[in-house]
Amino acid sequence: MDIITQPWAWYVAGPIIALVMFLLLYFGETFGVSSNLRTMCTIAGGDKYADFFKIDWRKQQWNLVFVLGAVIGGFIAAQYLSNGQGIDLNPKTVVALEQLGFQAPTAAYLPSEIFGEHSVFSLKGFLILLGAGFLVGFGTRYAGGCTSGHAISGLSNLQIPSLIAVIGFFIGGLLMTHVLLPIIF
Amino acid sequence: MKYLKFLLTGVVFGIVMAKAEIISWYRIYEMFRFESFHMYGIIGSAVILGALAVQIIKRTQLKDIEGAQITFNPKNRSIIRYLVGGTIFGLGWALAGACPGPMFVLVGYGYLSLLIVIVGAVLGTFIYGLLRNKLPH
Repeated sequence: MDIITQPWAWYVAGPIIALVMFLLLYFGETFGVSSNLRTMCTIAGGDKYADFFKIDWRKQQWNLVFVLGAVIGGFIAAQYLSNGQGIDLNPKTVVALEQLGFQAPTAAYLPSEIFGEHSVFSLKGFLILLGAGFLVGFGTRYAGGCTSGHAISGLSNLQIPSLIAVIGFFIGGLLMTHVLLPIIF
Repeated sequence: MKYLKFLLTGVVFGIVMAKAEIISWYRIYEMFRFESFHMYGIIGSAVILGALAVQIIKRTQLKDIEGAQITFNPKNRSIIRYLVGGTIFGLGWALAGACPGPMFVLVGYGYLSLLIVIVGAVLGTFIYGLLRNKLPH
């Protein structure tokens, strides 16, 4: 059981993600999580405001079910497959976090400086979370895909547009990590 | 029952995202500082095996579960939308420490503050839909 409850290595996770992509192709669909955000807009009535949302959302139901599965997977991992330990980061990263004003990580996933109650219920903290989501949602649709659609599905199919998108992901990510995070926090 | 296979595939996806710490803000931060191989190993091995799978599907003309041939839609040729859209996405990815998949997995894990991020992402998608015709593609 220890093998399951300890963090999984990259060479376990990568092949499973490739398998997920293959299974969705085999089921006659494609791997791409962010399409669900568009479907959610359509279901919420977005088709009244823009043609972009005039889609038959029933054809996307399988993807919503996939995401529901992902939520359940997260729940199962938390309840049954976790040893509750912290994260084994590069010590250099921990030093960088401290310079940012963040504590050394006590939990595996999220810093309380961004996601903790104290932050979430402050105006700045709330806007950071909402704004971060906004950038992801706007950017992924403009680019026509997210990490699953471009970095995994697109690159696997040797698509140049996906390579350009992934380069964009890194331009934005590096800019945020090295320039903007020290200004925001 | 048609949807059960998608649900189970999603469950596997959610578990691996959580257990390999792909849903960790810290891992994304570490990745963008180039201080760990972990995330690169995951994406790299998934793409290498994925490319192999796509080649096999194409060469064997593999049929899907319904008996229809598996096809791939090539992405539209453009630079601006992928570069600009990708950069905007990257800014959000590094700030939230989560792309669309992990956002949902984290909610399942019990981190409900991610619901705010998801609302933001839906809002961002909606605004894109409104501005779409005015943006260069």
